[in-house]
Amino acid sequence: MTETAHFLLDGVAVPFAEGQTILEAARAAGRYIPHLCWHPDFPPHGSCKLCIVAVGGRHLSACATPATDGATVASDTPEINAERRALLQMLFVEGNHFCPSCEKSGLCQLQALASELGMTTPRFNHFYPDRPVDASHPEVLLDFNRCIYCELCVRASRDQDGKSVFALTNRGIHKHLVVNAESGRLADTDFAADDVAAGICPVGVILKKRVGFAVPIGSRTYDERPISAVSMDREEP
Amino acid sequence: MSFELETASDRAGLRRVAIDPVSRVEGHGKVTLLIDDAGEVQEARLHIVEFRGFEVFIQGRPYWEVPVMVQRLCGICPVSHHLAASKALDRVLGVHRLTPSAEKLRRLMHYGQILQSHALHFFYLASPDLLFGFGSELGRRNIVGVAAAEPEVARRGIGLRRFGQQVIEATAGKRIHGTGAVPGGVNRHLAEADRRRLAAESATIVAWARDAVQLVRRLHEADPALYDAFGCEPSALMSLVRPGDGALELYDGVLRLRDADGRIELDGVGDQDYRRIISEEVKPWSYMKFPYMTHLGPERGWYKVGPLARVQNCERIPTPLAEAERRVFRDYAGGAIQHAPLAYHWTRMIEMLHAAELIDELLGDPDLTAGERMADGERGHDGVGIIEAPRGTLIHHYTVDDDDLVEWCNLIVSTTHNNQAMNAAVRRVARQHLSGHPIDEGLLNHVEVAIRAFDPCLSCATHALGRMPLMIECLGADGRVLRTLERGA
Repeated sequence: MTETAHFLLDGVAVPFAEGQTILEAARAAGRYIPHLCWHPDFPPHGSCKLCIVAVGGRHLSACATPATDGATVASDTPEINAERRALLQMLFVEGNHFCPSCEKSGLCQLQALASELGMTTPRFNHFYPDRPVDASHPEVLLDFNRCIYCELCVRASRDQDGKSVFALTNRGIHKHLVVNAESGRLADTDFAADDVAAGICPVGVILKKRVGFAVPIGSRTYDERPISAVSMDREEP
Repeated sequence: MSFELETASDRAGLRRVAIDPVSRVEGHGKVTLLIDDAGEVQEARLHIVEFRGFEVFIQGRPYWEVPVMVQRLCGICPVSHHLAASKALDRVLGVHRLTPSAEKLRRLMHYGQILQSHALHFFYLASPDLLFGFGSELGRRNIVGVAAAEPEVARRGIGLRRFGQQVIEATAGKRIHGTGAVPGGVNRHLAEADRRRLAAESATIVAWARDAVQLVRRLHEADPALYDAFGCEPSALMSLVRPGDGALELYDGVLRLRDADGRIELDGVGDQDYRRIISEEVKPWSYMKFPYMTHLGPERGWYKVGPLARVQNCERIPTPLAEAERRVFRDYAGGAIQHAPLAYHWTRMIEMLHAAELIDELLGDPDLTAGERMADGERGHDGVGIIEAPRGTLIHHYTVDDDDLVEWCNLIVSTTHNNQAMNAAVRRVARQHLSGHPIDEGLLNHVEVAIRAFDPCLSCATHALGRMPLMIECLGADGRVLRTLERGA
C-alpha cells in the first residue's frame, strides 16, 4: 500500500492528485476555501485573492498554487479571515452594492461570503461610481454597479460561448467591464440569454430580465445554506 | 399663495422660537414661531427639513426592482409604498385585475400594515399626551410612562402592533421591508401554519381594537371643549372610496373629495386620472410640497387625508363593529363633519378595528394558501397606483421605457397631502394657546400634539421613540440669546 500524497490544511490531512491546486484538493476533500473568481470549469484566475492561504508563512492564492506533499497550509484562521474581510470591504466600496434592493440578494456570492466571514460594515469610504445600466438587450440586463472584475463572464463568453461579448478595459482603479460592440450596447452583440456567460455572474451584473423578486427573499439559496456548504455541491447558486 | 400667519408682514424685530426636531413623529421636522414684543405669534411654520430624492434615484432602474427599493422610504409603513408601487407597475404590465389569491394576500398584508401603524401611533406616540395631559411632566410623557401608569393599555398596544407585524411577516417575508408583492401579483402564499397561528389570535385582536376605540371615545367625551376645538381648521377631505357604494376602501378604489361642510364635490375619479384633479405647489421654506385641488386653486383647494377624512368620506364601513363605531363618531357631532385634529385619534382607532375585523375574516379564505399568484396583460408604459396608507392617500406614478427602465416617477405621500392642514393646525394652536403667554416646554408641546394628531411621516424613516433632543432658543430682536431651554437626547 502506497501512502497518498497529502498536505495539512488547518491541521487536517488533505490528499491530492498530481497537478491539483490547494483549492481543488481541499474542495475534493470537502474542505471549503473562500473564493469568488475561481470556477471549476475554468483555469485559475487569481484575481480576487479571497482564496488566500498561508503556506509555510507565505500568503498565496489557493486557486493558483499547486498542492505539495507535506505542506502546511493555514486558511480558516483569524488573521487570514481578517484579510479576506478587508478584501471584501474593498470590493463593496468600489462598486454600488445596495443589498437591500438588489434582486440578487440571497443568490449573490459576494453577499454570501461577506455574511459567512462576518463582514458587518464596509468600513472604507464608498467610491459611489457612476455606472449606468445597459438594458438594451430584450432578455438580459447588465447592472455594472455590482461588477467585481472576476472576468467569469469574459472567460465564459470567450472560451465556452465563442463570442467574446465582454472585456475588462483600462487599468487599476479605472478598470471596468465593457461590452464588445462599437456602440457598447449588449443589444448590438450576438449575446443570448442561454449563453454560459448569461448564468455565470457570481454577483448581480448579468440578470435575466423581469425575474426580479419572483423567488422570495428568505427562501433563496444562500438564505437557506451558507456558501461554504453550497459550494461543495455546485458553484452557481 | 400665502396663508394667515404663514409669513409675518414685517419680520424685523420678531423673536424666533424653534421646535427642532418635532418629537414623537416619524421623521424629522421643525416648527418656527415668530413672536412680537407683546408675545403674539406673528408667523408659524412647520418645516420639513429632510431631502429624500427617491423620485430621482429610481430613474434608470429596472421596474421590477422598484417596489422593493421605494419601500425604503419608510420604516413604519414600507408596506404602503411596496403595494402602491406594485399597483402602479401592475398597470404598466397591463394587469388590470389580479388573481384572487394575489389580491387577497396583498390586502391581508395591507390590513396588517394599517393595524400595526395605527397601534404604533396611538399607543407609542400619541397616548402619553392624551392620557397624562399636553403639559404634563416631561419625563413621564412616553410609552414607558404609559406602561407604568396603565400597564394593560400599554400591553395591549404593544400586542396589537406585534400582531400587525406578524401579519406582514407572514405575507411579505419580513416585518419590515419584505418582498411579498411583485408587479403582476405576489411571490408567495400564506403558509398554513402561519394562517392557523394568526387565526388563533385574531378574535382577541378584534376585541382589543374595540376597547381602544372606547378608550379614545371616553377621552373625547370627558373633555369635549378641548378635543373639539384644539387646532381645529375646517377643510375639504379626500380619500379613496369603494366604487359603487362609496364604502370605506383602503386598498383599491376611486377618489372622492368632500367639502368642509360635507357635500361631495368630486367623486368616482379613477386612480389613473389623479393628475386631472391634484396640483402641487412648492414653497421655499420646506422640502415638502403643498398639494391642492386644481379646480379650487392653492388657497381654497387644500384638504385633509387620513383616518379623519376616510371615516367621514365613506358612506359606511363594510365590517360591523367598525361601522357601529363610525355611527357613534358621526352622532357625537350630530352628523356634522368633524375637523378637529384630535378626532384623528378616534377615527384612527375605528380604522384599526376595521383592519382587525378584515384580517379576522380574511384568514378563513382558502385563496390565501393556494391558487394562481401571477397575472399577465398587455405591456404599457405608464401606471398609477393609489392606496390608502395609514396616514392617508398615497400616490405612486411611474413611466417605464421599452427597455424596462423607469423613466420618470412622481410620488405624493400621505403626509404631503396634509401639509397645509398641519400648518393650519399649528397656527391655530399658536393663536389659541401660545399667543400672549410665556413660552415653556409644556406649551410648545401643544404645537407638537397638533402635528402628532395627523401621524405625519416626515421623512419616512424610523427613529428612536421617547425623548428626542430638543433645544429652544429665544432670541431678542438684535439676535442676542435671551433664554435657552434644552432637553437632552
